[in-house]
Amino acid sequence: MNNLYAWAAIALITIAATTGDVLLAYSMKRVGDVGELFQSHGLFAVMRRILETPTFFLGVFAMAVAFYSLLFGLSWGNLSLVVPASASLTFVANAVAASVFLHERVGRRRWLAATLVAAGVALMAM
Amino acid sequence: MTSRKYLVLAGITIFSTLGDSLLARGMKDLGGASLHNIPALLLAILNPYVTVGIVLLLAFFASYMSALSWADLTYVLPATSLSYVLVAIIAHIGFHEEISNTRWLGIALIAAGVGFVAAGPSATDVRRTDAESKQNDLHDDPRGTVLQGKDLPADERCTEARS
Repeated sequence: MNNLYAWAAIALITIAATTGDVLLAYSMKRVGDVGELFQSHGLFAVMRRILETPTFFLGVFAMAVAFYSLLFGLSWGNLSLVVPASASLTFVANAVAASVFLHERVGRRRWLAATLVAAGVALMAM
Repeated sequence: MTSRKYLVLAGITIFSTLGDSLLARGMKDLGGASLHNIPALLLAILNPYVTVGIVLLLAFFASYMSALSWADLTYVLPATSLSYVLVAIIAHIGFHEEISNTRWLGIALIAAGVGFVAAGPSATDVRRTDAESKQNDLHDDPRGTVLQGKDLPADERCTEARS
């Protein structure tokens, strides 16, 4: 039963973290290259551009949901199960979500990289 | 651009690793803090390890946002996953945790993935992205669209531009 709760927490963490990452990536693409903006208009302009992007706050909110799900997940399951399982799944989920929602071209090189990292993270849990 | 790129990626990796490690170290001082004990969690900020950890995690967030502004998500995430390896090494040296053979294999796989993606392009198909962002700009900026509609009377153009 506890195991079921742990996996429910893992699923929630993965979904929330992926949503957060995709929203933050989308927001920052809209803001544009922060380094260039900083050099031409200064730190204040960078902050304003980011704060004017509503999806940025949605992304931060999703990240907060992921963080608190992690806290609850840790009280139900083992640290060595919850953290690597959710991190590993998030890598693969992010690759899928980035190609679907952000139209990033996830070529063979990146699929392989995401899969290698996900497998590596899973192995480190053992 | 290239040296800045790797500098930011290294920053993400190092800030997140050190930030997490310091937070973990600080929370160990507190003992069994739980959600039922909110005041203890608030007081945790006074612990020097926790304070420095939070500052480092803020630095991590800033560099992560910077990287996402010029690189793909599918590039940044694998390229910065060396942090998992660093955590294992810090746990080995700092907390004297054993690293099993399976763990070493995991470390090798992560390192291979990182090398694989980091050597590739950081943003895919710049031309398409530019075209898309231009479309978005026109879509979001009412002035852009109105300026294009030359058949509108001058008064209407002004009011729409202001709204």
